[in-house]
Order: sequence, then C-alpha cells, then structure tokens
Amino acid sequence: MQALNQAIAEEMRRDQKVFLMGEDVRASVYGAAANLSKEFGPDRVIDTPLSENGFFGAAIGASAVGMRPIVETLTSFMWVGMDQLVSQAAKMRYMFGGQVNLPVVFRCVMYYGGGSAAHHSDRSYPVYMNIGGLKVAVPATPRDAKGLLKTAIRDEDPVLFFEDGTLLGTRGDVPENSEVPGGDLLVPFGKAAVHRQGTDCTIVAIAGALPHAMAAAAELEAEGVSVEVVDPRTLVPLDKTTILESVAKTGRCVVVDPASKVCSAASEIMSIVAEEGFWSLQAPMIKVASKQVHVPYTPVLEKLMYPTKDDIKAAIKKTME
Amino acid sequence: MAIEKQKLMLMLRRMWLIRHFEETVIKVYTSGEFGGAAHPYIGEEAVAVGACVALRDSDYIAGNHRSHGHPIAKGGDVKKAMAEIYGRRDGYCKGKGGSMHLADFSIGILGESGIVASSVPVATGAALAAKLQKKDFVSAVFFGDGASNQGACHEAMNLGSVWKLPVIFICENNQYAVTTPYKSTVSSEHIADRAQAYNMPGVLVDGQDAIAMYEATTEAVKRARAGRGPTLIEALTYRFEEHSLGLGRIRRSEYRTAEEVTDWRKRDPIVIHEKKLLETKTATQAEIDAIKAETGKEVDAALEFARQSPFPEAAELYEDMWADKAMPIP
Repeated sequence: MQALNQAIAEEMRRDQKVFLMGEDVRASVYGAAANLSKEFGPDRVIDTPLSENGFFGAAIGASAVGMRPIVETLTSFMWVGMDQLVSQAAKMRYMFGGQVNLPVVFRCVMYYGGGSAAHHSDRSYPVYMNIGGLKVAVPATPRDAKGLLKTAIRDEDPVLFFEDGTLLGTRGDVPENSEVPGGDLLVPFGKAAVHRQGTDCTIVAIAGALPHAMAAAAELEAEGVSVEVVDPRTLVPLDKTTILESVAKTGRCVVVDPASKVCSAASEIMSIVAEEGFWSLQAPMIKVASKQVHVPYTPVLEKLMYPTKDDIKAAIKKTME
Repeated sequence: MAIEKQKLMLMLRRMWLIRHFEETVIKVYTSGEFGGAAHPYIGEEAVAVGACVALRDSDYIAGNHRSHGHPIAKGGDVKKAMAEIYGRRDGYCKGKGGSMHLADFSIGILGESGIVASSVPVATGAALAAKLQKKDFVSAVFFGDGASNQGACHEAMNLGSVWKLPVIFICENNQYAVTTPYKSTVSSEHIADRAQAYNMPGVLVDGQDAIAMYEATTEAVKRARAGRGPTLIEALTYRFEEHSLGLGRIRRSEYRTAEEVTDWRKRDPIVIHEKKLLETKTATQAEIDAIKAETGKEVDAALEFARQSPFPEAAELYEDMWADKAMPIP
C-alpha cells in the first residue's frame, strides 16, 4: 500500500500532467492515495461522481490531449465503464491509424477472499488480455508494485494496473530511490521475475498466487522436490521467454491463477507452452485456478474456490508421478 | 448578431463540400466500389457547419458513426476522408477506421465513435484537460437523438456540469434512431429539456439554419470559455437519406412517410443559407455558384486521390496497436 502511495506521489511531483481521479480518493478510503490530496490539492486529486462510464471516458479524453491521468477503481466497478475501456481506451489508437497516444493508467483494485461476495470480488485481468490494446500489470511484491506503477504512469499506452487485495498488507523491501541506479525504481514491463530457482517443476504464479506458490515450493524442497517460481509481473506484454526457458529446464509446468479457470491468464500461458515448449514437457501441465463459480459470501464456501498452497503442492506432485 | 461575410461564406463552402462528398459516396457505394456501412449526413449539414465555424482551430470536436460531416465542418481534408472510406493508406486512419471513424487530431478532431454516445465522455475529458491545464480551448461533441438515451451521455453531462467544464453537447435530433422515432423513446418533450436536470442551459435550435447553429454555439462557447460550464444544444434536423447505405438493401416496413421526407427536403439547409445570403445581399448568385462549382471539383479531386491511393501492405495489419514499438503482437 505504501509502495503504491510512494509511486503515485513521486510521479505527481515529477510531472505536472499526472493527476489522480476516482471515487473517494481525497479521503483515500482504500489507502493508496493517503495524504496526496493534502500535498497536491483538489485539482490534482479529484473525487468523481459514482459514474464510471463518465469519468473513465473523461480520463481517456484528457489523456488524448496531453494529460496523464491515474484512475483509481475497483475491478468490479470496471464493468460499469466497460464501453469506455474497450471501445475507446483499447481501440482508439489502432482505429484512428496511430494518430493518438493514450497515457492513462487505471488502478484496478481486486478485493477478494474477504467475504465481499460476487459483486465486489472480481479478478478480471484475463478479460482485458483478450481485448488487446491495453497493457496489463499484475504486481505481486511491494517492490514490483512501486516500480511497475511508476513505469505504467510513464507509459504512452493505456495500462490496467491490477492491485491484488490479498497482497495489499504485504511487507517487503522497497529500495529508496537513492539506492537505485538512475535514482528511480522503475520495473520494466514484459520482464518476468524468477523468485526461486529450481530444477524439477516450474510454477508460474500470478498476482496473489505468488505467496502460496512460494510456500508450496518451500515445503516441497523439504520433501526433495526442487521448484522454480516465475512471476510474470505483466500479462500484456507477457515474458514468454523466461517461462519457456524455465520449462525447458524443469520439464514440468503448473500455472496458478486467482482468476476463474476458463479462459484465464493461465489458459493463455499454458497454450503458449503447449505450442512453443511442448517437447520440453515430461508431463501434462496443470492449471490451478479459481473454480468456475461466482464468489460466495460465506467464508466456509469462499475459501474453497481460490488456489491454495495445498492445491499447488498436489498439482506439482501429480506432474512428478 | 452580425456575422462577417467570410464566416457566412465559409459555412456555405463547407456545407457544399459535405453535400458533394456525400453525394459522391452514395454514387460510388451504389456502384459497389467499397462495402461496409456509410451513413450520409445529407440534410444535417447546417448543424456541424454552423457549430464548427463558431469554434477555433485549437478547439476539439468528437462525433459519431454519421462521421463524414463533422470533420469536414471542422476543416478536415476531403482527400484523406475519401481515401479512408476507400480503405487506402493515405486515408485519415490509414484504412483502419473507415467511414464511421474519421479523425484528425492535428485539427482537434478527437475521432468519431461507432458506439453511439461513447465519444461524449471522451470529449468531456478533453474539456477537463483544458480546465486542468488552465487553457481556454473548448470541446464540442455531436451525438444523435438515439444516443441521448445512453447513460454515457447523461454521465458526461453531469460531470461537465459539476466540474464546470468547457464542453458543448450538441444533439443532432434527426428524428429517428435508425427507424424508431425519438418521440417514442425520449421521456421529455424536447431533448434540450434534459439540460435542466444537469443545471445547464438547454437550447432548442433550428438545425436547418447554419446561422442559428452558429449563434447558439457562439453563446455556448462564450459561456464555456468564461468557466461557466456546459450547454446542451438540441438541433432539430432531418436525415434526407436512409440511415445507412448498407441498410438500404434490407427489406423492411416503412417507418416514415414520403410526405414527411418531402416536407423536410423543402427545408434544405443549403437552400436556406443561400437564400439568406442573397436576401441580405451578402453574396451574389455568381459567388454562390462559384462555391458550389469549386467544392464540386474539390470532391472530384478527392475521389481521384482516393482511387489512386495504394491499399495498405499486409504488414500494416500489425501497426498502430501500441505507441510502444517494442510491444509483441501475439
């Protein structure tokens, strides 16, 4: 959360064209906008009406004529503004023959796993991979959250930046700018992170799946199984080279995705491995993703739907059979 | 309001340009030179032209699927517009947008949206940028009576008003959303009445009269530049042709009478404007004839240009998706 706040504040200090808009951002009800309104004033931290189709479009229009808006929203509210995301943000550049760049960032907060039920728990990033024209970032560590958000804000294309709510309390080292070459923590898009080296099986873990994958890998090491954990960090663009190289080394692949199983990000990653890495595989790949049901309210049922450490361990063991 | 002759003649020129352009499109479309949809603006020329002549070059516009009139009214290049409809590389969008998506960002045309009302929030965003950058440009957006029922339209009007943005909402009420009369879909008597709900002026204008459109838009622009917020202009107009050239081939029941079409055709915006120019002795018949002839030649040249322009190469399929040239295309 602090990492996101730092990224926004630093970029707003650096570039007058950057501003933040969204519902309740001045009071920062979700936390990432804390104190920004005090530092930058109401012109650069704008509370919007509950009107996603209106203010998503306004952000897109402002970006078309020289501004660099950051929109804060929840994934579940994006459906309301879908026409602007798809018909305008994604398509304008191509449809108008490259005449316009749209440097707009949508910070899409994904709350799930906390009893919010079906209308407030979407993990919708695979939908936008399918559309094209939108970059899709899925950071899983505080360092990447900051570095990828700063990169997103400087990007000339529209970026959907998914903030996994299950990770928002994560603690982790975020280097001071003075410790970073160039003085700015910028994590490039399209470069996966290998969080753990291994030789027996590759886990590709997306967003909130990363801690579960790391825990599974640690436990399996004690059982003599060496697992490599790859975090794609961005899905559009996707660093398929790192994934394919890892699978070439391990010969096995489990993809873990908190999104719903059908046509998920995992589906696309597995299709790439099947097409381009098939001869490296010693066993069928396994997809560990959310069950294809809507998010139920009661915790007793909700906890059954997301990928867990034990699901991941079981999948890896199956590839080792 | 005294309007200088240069502007009155510019209105006539641009209306004739649109009229020749559309007549040419209908002719070549009918002969099968290209396919897809094309929505003629004939009969509605005074709306976009009157409004755009009241704008500066640095102001922005956005529009809809009936896309040819707005860019020409703003001063767009008929060669590039025609080449786009022909799907050629020299078209405004290099053949990727076509008839419904003309755009020229170099002269403030933010692009025409095939999804009706979808460009209304975008144009409102350009006005937000004007306010945030403390610049005095305004943004005008054209949409139809059908689009006036879309949530995007209402959300944008509310945003424009609460933030006092320099945006002008121009509803081209051509009476029908494809075949459905607006009287059966709009809950208020006039679309302009809806402005009350958003605390902005709602102005009902004769959309066949370019001067009336110019005057109403000039008032709205003055208000917008002074930081007093948006205006909703409802231009009462009529589409002389069918909704879309492509739809003409589909058999369907009548939705408007021949008498109604004939009556509206008697209110041709070009005839009305020429009559005013003659009555006020602003222009001679010879000057008017010259404009008609010159614009006709301009459109002929545009047609020739479009036909000569090459089609895009296959590799261009992959271009323009991203500003970032390093982006892979799966």
